Amino acid sequence: MSEYLSKIKEISERLLKEEKVEIIIGFRKGTVPMMNEPCFAKTPEQVKELVWDSNCGINLANYLTDRKEKIGIIAKGCDSRNIVTHIIENKIKREQLFIIGVSCKGMIDKNKITSMFENEINEVSEDEENIIVKGEGFEKTLNKNDVLQENCKICVHRNPVIYDELAADLLVEQKDVDRYEDVRKIEAMAPEDKWNYFDDILSDCIRCYACRNACPLCYCPTCFVDESRPQWVGKSIDPVDTRTFHFLRAYHCAGRCTDCGACERACPMGIKVRTFTKKLGKDCLELYGWEAGLSLDERPPLDTYRPDDPEDFIK
Amino acid sequence: MRFITIDKKSWANGLENLCENYRLFGPVRDNNHHFFKKLAKGELPDFNYLNTRLSPKSIVYPQSETMFEYSLDESKEDHHILKEINKDYSLQALIGIRPCDAASYLLVKCNFDTPEYKDPYWLRAYESTIFAGLACGNPRSTCFCTSAGCGPFHEDGLDLLLVDEGENFIAKILTSRGENFIKSAGWETETDPTAAEKIIKDMKIKAEEKIASFVSTDQLKNKLSIKLYDAPFWDDIAFACINCGTCTYACPTCWCFDIQDEVSSSSGLRMRNWDSCMYPLFTLHGSGYNPRNTKMQRVRQRFMHKLKYYVDKYGDGIQCVGCGRCIRLCPVNIDIRRVCDMMNKYED
Repeated sequence: MSEYLSKIKEISERLLKEEKVEIIIGFRKGTVPMMNEPCFAKTPEQVKELVWDSNCGINLANYLTDRKEKIGIIAKGCDSRNIVTHIIENKIKREQLFIIGVSCKGMIDKNKITSMFENEINEVSEDEENIIVKGEGFEKTLNKNDVLQENCKICVHRNPVIYDELAADLLVEQKDVDRYEDVRKIEAMAPEDKWNYFDDILSDCIRCYACRNACPLCYCPTCFVDESRPQWVGKSIDPVDTRTFHFLRAYHCAGRCTDCGACERACPMGIKVRTFTKKLGKDCLELYGWEAGLSLDERPPLDTYRPDDPEDFIK
Repeated sequence: MRFITIDKKSWANGLENLCENYRLFGPVRDNNHHFFKKLAKGELPDFNYLNTRLSPKSIVYPQSETMFEYSLDESKEDHHILKEINKDYSLQALIGIRPCDAASYLLVKCNFDTPEYKDPYWLRAYESTIFAGLACGNPRSTCFCTSAGCGPFHEDGLDLLLVDEGENFIAKILTSRGENFIKSAGWETETDPTAAEKIIKDMKIKAEEKIASFVSTDQLKNKLSIKLYDAPFWDDIAFACINCGTCTYACPTCWCFDIQDEVSSSSGLRMRNWDSCMYPLFTLHGSGYNPRNTKMQRVRQRFMHKLKYYVDKYGDGIQCVGCGRCIRLCPVNIDIRRVCDMMNKYED
């Protein structure tokens, strides 16, 4: 990843020096293992802080919403798809952006790695294939592919779909990936089992809204859960309200979600939030042949009408 | 000061005795995390833990708590009258609470128990709680308690401190409530105070030596609030923030709540729920005006409250015990240690 980084820095520095952009949005090294912090650089000096490694799972498109200046942004596959979605939804203008594309080999799942060790992890480093984990009294080398975030494992758009300059060569995309095995399992459940399964997934939710707020799609000025006139959803941790929040949020993301995994990564309680958004992603693919954020020239299926749209659900 | 040796063989038996007089809460493991839970009779707390994922503040101060119930049915005599909910305020004990989390209760008490205002819900629950602490022999890399006015063997806020000595626990009894607790368990083997103090002191030094992370707070009091408020670093600190409530909900010292009425047909509940200064709704006026309308303002508020306003108002240090939960759980790695140091060393 170090060759990525020097290229990212070189491009960023150039863009700022030549005043092509006013700000670069990227990551700086985190203060705890397996975490980087989204940050900005406005001077070539600040560019030195930028990092790029397998801990950049937060979706940077989330930091573009309604910004006014000229922006350089580092974008892996999913970030680039959310940038496309942002442009289509008028949350940013293409002309404002200089997209530094980074082909992505997947981000690592810190919850999974943490759960593999009894003792606390003090340091995590990486090379091309491996993740090296050190803690008190142990050191272990893990194969990176075994510890990727679930969404990264099944990702078929690792290359940025839109960019102005690449920081690394494009990768050969993964083929023949079964992306919806987990969704099919849930689809096959009896309604009661499904209900219990969802309740179980959501039982730890503390309504902190980290999933919503980490999501580039969730930019509503007032989210429906925050409305008070009328108040659609209660604010306690009553399971009915928690369920309503998660289900409705997922529906609001239908046809827009790129399965970037930021929601799941952000959740402090380890809730499998993607369970809900993935089903809607699958439906959009099956009903409309649609995957979000791949093209600036096509309107999303849920904001257009075509005479041949499926209507089997009308009985 | 009395010290009792508790043979681990008599641990389960003692807990069973305690169940007669106390509702017991202790750390248990769920998948990869520990959390505080009411222990069923015969259920043992799992002391093989660093700290719980969320703080145990919720045992006294639940995330959602019903205060009143009422009826809107005008055919009833008591319609539209708020009626208090009956709650169980019998004695409860937090067994194995870490010293940092116990100390946090004292910080929260500053808010809920003042000469002018006494929060009846928090106070009643707090006063019915015994804090049986477990000294921390193995702090995490994100623990900075020793520079946050606390420590792995800190005793403030505890009724007794348990120190794990291998075969035995040494119980250092700190209050009369702690004394009653030990008696109720039937643990009677008194041990020589000088020897016990020595053992505890040695272990304490070792534990404190393991703390590898610190904050500087000495200059905070001397800074002018307005200068810190206008400091140039807030945009940088706040940039990554997504304004979720994780830090405030995980924090043992965050105390803010919101009151809501929940009505279903003709019956209603008045509840209070944890709130978070990270949410825009927290400060939204009825007029639609929001004095803290940007995320930078909200992030600044959180840190200014913990590290400056609290310091000035109460004069007993920062509103933080150094448990490190906000650092570990923040989805975007905003680190209070970094912010505290920036504030402490800021020269305008």
